[in-house]
Amino acid sequence: MGRRDLDVAELTYREAVASGIAQEMELDPTVYFIGEDVAAAGGVFKATVGLLERFGPERVRDTPISEQAIVGAAMGAAMTGLRPIAEIMFSDFLATCWDMVANQIAKARYMTNGQVTLPLVIRTANGGGSRFGAQHSQSVENWAMAVPGLKVVAPSTPADVKGLIAAAVRDPDPVIVFEHKALYPTKGEVPEGEHVETLGTARVVREGNDLTIVALAAMVPRAAAAAEELAGDGVSAEVIDARSLVPLDTRTILGSVRKTSRLFTVEENPRLCGWGAEVASIAAEECFYDLDGPIVRITTPHVPLPAADQLEDAAMPTIDRIVDTIRQNLG
Amino acid sequence: MYRLLVEIRTFEKRAHDLFLQNLVKGTIHLSLGQEAIAAGFGVAMRSDDYTFCTYRGHAHTLARGTPMTAVMAELLGREAGLLAGKGGSMHLTSVEHGVMGSYAIVGAHMPIAAGAAWSAQARGSGQVAVCFIGDGATNIGAFHEALNLAAVWDLPAVFVCENNQYMEYTPIGKVTAVPNPAADRAAAYGLESILVDGNDPDAVFDVAAHTIAVARAGGGPSLVEATTYRHGGHSRADPAKYRPEDEVQAWLSRDPVPMYRNRLEAMGVKEAVLAAIDEEAERKVETATEQAKQSPPPPIGLVEADVWADGTSTWRN
Repeated sequence: MGRRDLDVAELTYREAVASGIAQEMELDPTVYFIGEDVAAAGGVFKATVGLLERFGPERVRDTPISEQAIVGAAMGAAMTGLRPIAEIMFSDFLATCWDMVANQIAKARYMTNGQVTLPLVIRTANGGGSRFGAQHSQSVENWAMAVPGLKVVAPSTPADVKGLIAAAVRDPDPVIVFEHKALYPTKGEVPEGEHVETLGTARVVREGNDLTIVALAAMVPRAAAAAEELAGDGVSAEVIDARSLVPLDTRTILGSVRKTSRLFTVEENPRLCGWGAEVASIAAEECFYDLDGPIVRITTPHVPLPAADQLEDAAMPTIDRIVDTIRQNLG
Repeated sequence: MYRLLVEIRTFEKRAHDLFLQNLVKGTIHLSLGQEAIAAGFGVAMRSDDYTFCTYRGHAHTLARGTPMTAVMAELLGREAGLLAGKGGSMHLTSVEHGVMGSYAIVGAHMPIAAGAAWSAQARGSGQVAVCFIGDGATNIGAFHEALNLAAVWDLPAVFVCENNQYMEYTPIGKVTAVPNPAADRAAAYGLESILVDGNDPDAVFDVAAHTIAVARAGGGPSLVEATTYRHGGHSRADPAKYRPEDEVQAWLSRDPVPMYRNRLEAMGVKEAVLAAIDEEAERKVETATEQAKQSPPPPIGLVEADVWADGTSTWRN
């Protein structure tokens, strides 16, 4: 969406984050941005460099290390006329303000019979691969997905992170944007000028006919690389970037499964109740008779993430594990 | 002020009766004995100021002029309820009257109130956020995070601790490191220590008017501790047997409603005028109760309504 006939620029994922926030702050004076070290320091991942200089200290604010205050303040501001963006530095830290996220923000509209509207965004650096150890590495998008009242996106490319941040800011409901910290240095083409994506839409990354792989965030490039390798075996894999978990684009996913008759998910979250379990459940319920074999989930085992290179690499789904698992299951 | 006190008192007594009749389900937390704080602040606030309540929030909701029938219907779980029955006693909200919600997780609304104050500051609206908490909330992390942020950002917020001496069933003094759970901690945020007699509506009004004026003028937040006592238990599940009888009697003798009535009489207000206000409050509560009872239960369609701003709960295409 919004990409045709436009000039593109090559940006890193982290530059695209800042670009997305800046685009929305430029267009809408009610957009404010707060978080720990986001202003003067430009963010610990340097994903918000330049915003303070461009929009000033009223709209781009450093906060204390107070996740409840950050997210709570965003909620109070959103219900009274602002469109705040709040950064939680690492997604693991969402646990320190989970009451605000799951009990307050998610439930406010429902329990007030629609009196309260919360147009707010929580951005957070999610996922592993950076050797940070268990408390700075987990993929927790499935926590958010399990809470009614939260929209959840997890972009895999610079263009998507810009476009989905923009869409999240404009959406009238609370949206959590799970940026993947291992993707910050990656580069990609981003449309010049205003760029907005659509929440609730998956993207077909690679077309294929023999099987469907649904992946998310940092698992998308791995799934795409696995598909390339499988092509050498003469296997044609379709790769879908789910992008948005809530709303979930079941139409695109199920349409692909009906075409290929096999479904694999590649998930970085720990095994139990990962997002792919919901995808698998929907596919089993709604296109069981289109399937030629079992649905297979390729996930991180049900463990916290370890720190050392070899251990972390062994825990997360690798290109080799994806390829091997698919080969075994295709027999 | 007296009218508001009596209306809240009469409403809360009726809510208690309706609970005993099993017409109000779940649980309720009454402000009987604590009415002067909601009333004193309610009178001092500007109509566009924000109120953030706890789950003990009937009084503060009514004190902003929220229609009584809608509040009563919400307690009864009826379609005419303030939230059409979706929220219940602990979540009373009337955005139209500045009541930005009643929050049932202790202390959680403090950062949210700070956020509303931040928004008022950013928009230059001159609004003030008043956030009521119990004494128990002074020992939860959100208390610290919210007060620090409010102080650092000079937010137009007034945090009001209603110290009714008990955090649920336990005396607050047994679980708190300082004698005055809020006032003794104000200094930690560079704030003035403010203690007020929470059973004296005039004293509460004076403190409210002052702290709200300071906040409105850009002077930053305040933390007020209002000393009071609840006449009943923590919730309707609690007979409050843990409280010494002499303590209860001492506080009952300082009941804010008759105390204020006596003061007005001493000031020359005729008994007949006060009696008329009492009767009108009775009639208003009676009417609200009857109207609320006549409302049907909420339509079942509401179960899946209003998760999202588009009115739906759709999570897939």
